[in-house]
Parts: sequence; structure tokens; C-alpha cells
Amino acid sequence: MGTTASQLGKDLLSEYQELTFLTKQEILLAHKRFSELLSKEDRNLTSVPMEKVLSLPELKSNPFRKRICHVFSTSDMKDGSLTFEDFLDLLSAFSDSATLEIKSHYAFRIFDFDDDGTLDGGDLEKLVNCLTGETEDSRLTPEEMRQLISNILEESDIDKDGTVNLSEFQHVISRSPDFVSSFKIVL
Amino acid sequence: MPSQKKNDIAIRMEDVGIEIDGELDSGSEDEARRRDRNRKAKASPRAGGRNGKPATSEDEEEEEDQDEAPRKRARKKKASAQDSEEEEEEDDRSVKRKGTKAAGRKKKAVEEESEESEEEERGKKKKGRKVTNKKQKDEQNKEKKGDAKGKGGKDKGNVKDKKNKNGKYSRECQAFVEKFEGALGKGKGRKLYAYKVMMAKKMIKFNRDFDNFKTACIPWERKIKEVESHFGSSVASYFIFLRWMYGLNLVLFAFMFGLVVLPEVMMGLPYGSIARKTVPRAEQERAMDISVLLDFGGYCKYSILFYGFYNDERTIGVLQFRLPLSYLLVGVGIFGYSLMVVIRTMARNSDEGGDGGDDGQFTFAFKMFTSWDYLIGNPETADNKYASITTSFKESIVDEQENQKDENIHLRRFLRVLANFLILCSLGGSGFLIYFVVKRSQEFANLDQDELSWFEKNEVEFVMSLLGLVCPPLFETIAELEEYHPRIALKWQLGRIFALFLGNLYTFLFALFDEVNAKLEKEKSIRNATIWGLNEYYSNYSSYHNTTDIPPPDIHPADVIRGPCWETAVGIEFVKLTVSDIQVTYMTILIGDFLRAMIVRFLNYCWCWDLEAGFPSYGEFDISGNVLGLIFNQGMIWMGAFYAPGLVGLNVLRLLTSMYYQSWAVMSCNVPHERVFKASKSNNFYMGLLLLVLFLSLLPVVYTIMTLPPSFDCGPFSGREQMYNVVMETIENDLPAFIGNIFTYATNPGLILPAVLLMVLAIYYLNATSKNYQNANLELKKKMQMARDEEKNRRNNKENTNQVMQDLEDLLPNRSLLPPAAEEENPPPDKVREKGSKSPKVAKRPGAAANGKGVNLQNDVSLAAPNPKAAVTHPPGPRGLSGNARGPPPGPVRGRGRGTPPPRH
Repeated sequence: MGTTASQLGKDLLSEYQELTFLTKQEILLAHKRFSELLSKEDRNLTSVPMEKVLSLPELKSNPFRKRICHVFSTSDMKDGSLTFEDFLDLLSAFSDSATLEIKSHYAFRIFDFDDDGTLDGGDLEKLVNCLTGETEDSRLTPEEMRQLISNILEESDIDKDGTVNLSEFQHVISRSPDFVSSFKIVL
Repeated sequence: MPSQKKNDIAIRMEDVGIEIDGELDSGSEDEARRRDRNRKAKASPRAGGRNGKPATSEDEEEEEDQDEAPRKRARKKKASAQDSEEEEEEDDRSVKRKGTKAAGRKKKAVEEESEESEEEERGKKKKGRKVTNKKQKDEQNKEKKGDAKGKGGKDKGNVKDKKNKNGKYSRECQAFVEKFEGALGKGKGRKLYAYKVMMAKKMIKFNRDFDNFKTACIPWERKIKEVESHFGSSVASYFIFLRWMYGLNLVLFAFMFGLVVLPEVMMGLPYGSIARKTVPRAEQERAMDISVLLDFGGYCKYSILFYGFYNDERTIGVLQFRLPLSYLLVGVGIFGYSLMVVIRTMARNSDEGGDGGDDGQFTFAFKMFTSWDYLIGNPETADNKYASITTSFKESIVDEQENQKDENIHLRRFLRVLANFLILCSLGGSGFLIYFVVKRSQEFANLDQDELSWFEKNEVEFVMSLLGLVCPPLFETIAELEEYHPRIALKWQLGRIFALFLGNLYTFLFALFDEVNAKLEKEKSIRNATIWGLNEYYSNYSSYHNTTDIPPPDIHPADVIRGPCWETAVGIEFVKLTVSDIQVTYMTILIGDFLRAMIVRFLNYCWCWDLEAGFPSYGEFDISGNVLGLIFNQGMIWMGAFYAPGLVGLNVLRLLTSMYYQSWAVMSCNVPHERVFKASKSNNFYMGLLLLVLFLSLLPVVYTIMTLPPSFDCGPFSGREQMYNVVMETIENDLPAFIGNIFTYATNPGLILPAVLLMVLAIYYLNATSKNYQNANLELKKKMQMARDEEKNRRNNKENTNQVMQDLEDLLPNRSLLPPAAEEENPPPDKVREKGSKSPKVAKRPGAAANGKGVNLQNDVSLAAPNPKAAVTHPPGPRGLSGNARGPPPGPVRGRGRGTPPPRH
């Protein structure tokens, strides 16, 4: 796509600025970081495989890193690889100036592990497991998990269909005082 | 797509000059998906069409527009047959969604335009059919509504509205054509339009550049972002607070330096010209000794840094600068400015806070959905975060379980009382200790300086810093007894440390005032002696030379007898305190964090247990302690600035260095603490503390200005009864008489009392109105809740109704209360029956359940249950439909999932 050239064109840069929430400096930095991810031999590739993206320190310790890649990837193979534009897209959604609506939308898609458009019990369970870490001792017991999920559904499942859909999710998120400040990734 | 092409396109886009989002002309599945996302992400114009491709397509479409505008219009009016209807329906849906995305009028028009061009393409038989297919697929992807809905059903649902819709469409088309007439037309209008668009583009570009510039101008943005990305937003909040404080102090410094220090340096008398600007003869030998200078004695004491250096001449220099007046006004103005800034920031913060009204409503959901801080980029931090999230989950589960049973409340109460008692004891003890030490230091001050050890000289500062170091952990230990929830415990802890600092500060102040009073006594006697000496000199001189024309006594300024100048002494105390505070803070970081980190890191290779994970481990960044330290330091600056104008400059330096020093220390040797509390919530808490400190530091300064007499031989107010007399003098001498009159009337109690009364009334009134607003807010919230509940019930009740109703609702969300009979088309007979039986069914649901119809049974039971929590474990409906609620209407899931209702006879 030509975007992996060492220098971004001026027009392209201004276009990106127009189309994302990022400033010029941020786009340039993003481009630099993205180019670094592409090693010498696959310079001609347009997208970076997921493993490489995950090696970014900003994403490395994020429990949702794989989900993030999958959500923002536009690749056909569903392998979570990101093109530069996907990457910018990611950074834009996670930037300071993105609106609550955009952020909550992407958060919903990240949390929706099975991509079925709602957060059902399985999604919530996976979500809790992501949040409590990989180690066994920090996991919740099944009993606790059941209680937790039922509590969450009781709070946020407005139409009582046993799942949390996007509008319910956004309703909850819009009340949260810290979501916008914590749903950020800065290179 | 090669960049060359993209550049071309970008240029062409400039030419055409509409930055709008359009549809794709070439459609791989991939791109369709991307476009779909595009549209969703478009809550603001900047977000729209985030990459080049949509712009491209839009561009091309735009060209087509220009070419074929007449044709298009013609076609629009024709409103062609079957397939266009179908398409319009699609359009309608997408437009509606768009509307909900708050894309605004223009966006709608834009969307409309893209649809048109799409239509056009179809007309041209280019890729039209393909695109439409793509689009439909796209819709399906997005909505995931699947085929269960059925094309037929959809059409039927819409037949009724078709005419309306056509009308609406032509209206929208017209509006669009009017708006973009210039671009579509030829000649003059087009030029004007192009010019307008160009200007708009330029404006946008300028704004963007300006934004870039602004971001580049914010100091330490990168540094703070870096810290933020490693430690999460709470640690960064400290640095943001530090930066804010730095900005505030910079302004204060500008005031102080520009209006007081600089004029005195430029236009005032130089060093050594008069007594107050000269080191006394007795001290001159040691005036340059480093130990004396470090105590701010010697040349430091008689320098521009302190109050005593300033001359009391009414005006100085060619500019007739009124230095004493300026000194007083700046001293008071610093408080005024700080007060204003703090209150404004608080108001803004609380604005941003939004409605914190329903905090308790979503405790679990917040923990679940918003607790992860995506900025964390450090594995250790992430581990800590995992641990803290797990703990908070477990805690809240336990809380929930223990909400009912609260055993042994007496023991807990007793423990809490005990803890508070202990803490009060230690607070009192620390207060007494400081008072004792300050008293002792006054005794030491009367002794010979040479006999005192370093410790004895710096006892006060040492003890205060030590208390600040020891007490907070002690409080934390005691607070363990109380078993409060961590967040409440944190508040208590902050409050207690605050009380400790405040107590210490005020004890220090009272001791200082004792000292000041002693100095005032001493000064009085010296003053009398000086006056007596002068009189002696005059009488001797006149009797000796037998003349009345007496020259002033020829004494070298260094030999003049002088008073103790209590203002400078107070200033020195504050400066010393600040400096020792800086030293202790920096040393704590160096030893407590850096050295510890070094030891832990390098001794770990040869130690018997794991130092990193075990006992010493790495230090945590103590946000609350640091913030409180910063706040109290600022309080000291506010108090001391009047007596030591140089203190503000010192503080600016301190903040500057600690910005770099602390961010380095955090990045290199700290791990963030486990118990993370969110920054945004406590921000105003800090501001409130700052405001309190500001008020408390205002008190002593105002007290001294209003009541204590200034020293007779040093400082800008010497020779006056009171400091504020400077203002009176200016009013009397320099301003026209009527202003003086006005001032006299204004200070009349007869006027002040009504003014105060008026203010009280205003406060009362505003308070009452705000209460009313609050009530109204609550009412509205209640209403919203009720409406939501109603909606919920309605949806639940309607689970079993037919698809037609569902579809109607989807399409007409605002008319969803339409009675079913309003439908004109003829649905298939089974659906009619279903519809007809709707209302009775709601009434006798249990009966229906009793009929026992397989899947229906479970459904009904779960609906009839008062608490439908059981739905959690409910498996997806038989036909699953792979999740249906992505669209606007939150899903009547099972109802639609079942497809055809069970036969009923």
C-alpha cells in the first residue's frame, strides 16, 4: 500500500490527521513504530502478523491484546494481522480525543469474545478470566463466578434477555467516570 | 493501493473539497467490512472514514456527480420500480442508524449523496448490482439479524410507509441539492462554492495545525504519557497535578518577580546604601561562611530574597513606582489569583465529572467493564492490576454476601473507636512535640551560635520532617484495626495525614507568633533607645555647634543599631522549612526508592530468598503522600511568600527539578501500588484539600497584615502604624478626593453590613435554587428509570408476538406504541391470530405456560418469575440466530429467535 515507506507523504499525513483523532506527531511516531515491526525481509508486506503486534510493550501486558488485534484487523484470514491503517485505527480509537461512543463501541467488540454481537454468560466468564490473570490461584471459584455474572447481568441487562447488548453496554459505560480516561493506549 | 495514487486522490479531493464519507465503488468483502465499521465509528466528522479508501470512492462518486447531475435528478424524480424500493429501504435503515450516531444534518446529506451516487452507478450498470449485494451482505453482517426476518416480512412491514418515505427522501434530496448546488452547477455559483470550500479546508487545516502546536507546547506531555503508559493513570495524575502546580507557581512568580523584585533591583537603592540593605558589622566576618549562608543568614538575610531588604520610599525610580503599595497588593493578589484558579479548576472538574448520581447502581458492571487500565504497559504493573482486580471482585462478592449478616458489630465499633483514640493521641503528641521543639529552638537562638551543634540548630525542621515520615505509616498500621473498605480507608488515611500536617503547621505557626511577639517587645525597646540616642545626638550637636541645622548622624550603615525585623525572621523560617522539606523528599526518594531498588536488584543474585518478590521488594509510588506533600508545600509557599519574595522562585525551581527527578525515579525504581484508586474521582478531592490549605494559609498572613505593626526599620512598610496604611496613603495623596470619599463611605459599617446581608441572601437563594435543580434532576432520573422499566416490561411481555410487530418496531422506534390494529396490510392468517391473541395472552400467561408447549414453557416461566435472573444460564434459543441485538432496538431475543410461534388452538 506504499504506506510502509520510511517517510509518510505530506498529503497522506494530512489525510490521516483528518481521518483519525491523532495529531501529526502521534501519526509519525505510530508510523515509526509500525515500520520497526516490519523486519527487513518483509518490508513489502502490508500487514504485520498478530504475534509481532503483540510484542509491542504497550500491548504486551494487556489481557485483551488478542481481542484488540482481532477487532481492528481487516485481514481476510482472521489472523489478527494489522495493516498500518488498521494500526492507526487502533491508536485513534484508543487516543485521548476519541469520543466515549467510539471507545465504548470498540470496548464492546473487544469484550465480545465470540463475535456474536452480545455479551452472554460465556463472554462475561472469559472477560472475568482475562481480568483476573492467567495464574490458577487468582482465578475465581465457579461459585464466585456464577454470583459475579448474575450480579453483573442484574445490573446491566435491562431487557432481561440474559445477555448484555451494545446499547445496554453503552448505557453502563456512559455512567462510568473513569472509562474514558482508562481506555487509552499511548505509544 | 500505491501511495502515488493516494496522493493523487488526496489532491483531487482538495480540488473538489468535500470531506465526506462515501460508499465503496470496488467491493471486496474486506473493504465492505471496513466501510461498515467506518460508518459506525463516525460520531464526529474527524472520525469519519478514517482511511484513504472511503475518501477515494467518495471522490470518484463526486466526479460522477458532477458529470451527471441532471441525469440524477431526473432519475430521482422517477422513483423507479421494484429494486429501487428495496434499496431505499436499505438506505432508510442506514440513514436512521446514522441519525442515532449523532452525525448531524450534514452527514445525513452526505450519506444521502453517497446513496444517490450508488444508485447512479447502478443506473450506469457499472458495478451497481454488485455493490448493492455487497451492501446487503454488509447489513446482514452488521446486524446479524440473519434471514429469519425474511425479505417478505420486511417488505410487508414497510409497504405502508413507502409513500411517506418517498416524500421524506425527495425532501432530503432537495435539501442536499440546495446545499451543494454550487458544486453541481456551473459558472459563478460553482466558483463561489469552490472558494468557500477552499476556505473551509484552510480553516480546518489551520485549526489542526494549531492543535498540533498546542499539544507540542504542553510541557512534559511525553514524559507524563510515558509514565502513564507504564503505571496507569493514577500515577500520571500526580504528575499532571505537579504540572498544574508548576503553572500556578510560574504565574505567582511572574507577579512577584515582575512587580516587586525587579523594580527594587532596577530602581531601588543598591546594597550597602542604607542600614537595612547592609550586613551589620558584627555579622560581617562570617557573612560569607557557607554554614551561615545555608541557614539563610549573612548576605542571604540582607538580600532581595527577604522582606527586610525592601525600602519604604513611597515611590522609586523615574517611573515613580510605588513599591510598598505594589508589595502589599502583590502579597494579597497572590492569594486572590490562587483562589480564583483553584475554584475555577474545581468547577471545571466537577463539570466533567458528569452525573455521579448513580454510583451505586453499577458497581459490578463498572468493575467488570472499566477496571482495566489499557495504558498499563509493564508486566509487573499488569500483575499488580490482576491481583487488585481479583481482590476487588472477591471483595465485592463478599460484600454482597455479607450485606445481610453483620456479626460482631460491637467488637468492630470498639476497634474503630480505639483506633481513632490512638490516632488522636499520636496527633496530639506530634503537636506537642513540635511546640516543645520550637520553644526550645527559641532558647537556643538566644545562646551563642557557636556552641550549638548542627542538630540543635535544625531541630525544628528535622523533627517536623521526621514526623511527616513516621506518622503516616503508623496511621496506616492503626487503620488496619478498623477494617474499613479500602476506598473509605484511603479517605480516612488522607484525612488523618492532612490533620497531622495541618496540626504541625499550625503548631509551628503559633510558636512562631510567640517568637514574633517576643521580637516585637525587643524591637520596641530598641526603637525607644534609638529615638533616645538620636535625641541625645541632636541636643548634643546643637549645643556643641550652636546651630539648629543639624546634619544626620554620620554612621556607617553597617553600624546602625537595628531592630530584630520579625518579618525577615518569619520569612527565613519558611524558607528553611521549604528547603528542608525538599531535602527530605529528595533524600527519601534517593534512599527509600533508588537505593532500595539497587539493593533489591543486585543483591538478589546472591541472597537466600527472592528479594524482588519477597520482603523488601521495590518501592511503590505513594500517590496520596506525594500529593499531600505537594499541597502542604504550596501552603508554606503561600504563607511565606509575603515575608520572603524569593520563596516563590525557589518553589518554581523545586517543582521543576522534582518533575524530572521524580519521573526518573518512578520510571527507574518504582512499582505501582496494588491498591489503585482512580485519578478522576479523587482529583477534586485534592483540589478541595488545596483550597482548604489555601484558606488556612490565608489566615495568618491576613492576620499579620491587619493587626501586627511592621518593624520600624526594615521592609517596605517601616515607619507606618499598620501595613495597610499604604493603601490609605495612596488613596489620600495620589487619587482625586472624591475617590477617597467613596472609599470612606464604602468602608462605613452602615454600608458593609447591608452588603454582607445581601451576600448571605444571595448565597441562600442560590443554594435553594441549586437544591431545586437537584430535586428536578432526581425526578427526571426517576422518570427515566420508570420509562426504562416500562419498556423492559413491554418487551418482556411481547416476547411471544409475531415478527411483524417486531419489524415494525425496528423501523419505527418512536411509534412503537402503535396498537397492532393500526396495520393495514394483510399478514398471513397465523400471524393475525397471533396478534389478536396478544393482549389476553399477557394477562393469562401462567395459563399459557400451564398448557405446556415445549420450548414455550421454559420461556414463559422465566418471564413470569419476578426476578428473571435465571436467564443467565438460559441456553441460546433453538435457532440461535447468532446474536441479534447489535442493532438499535435492544433485543427481543427469544421472541424473534423462535421464528414461528407454536400453533395454538
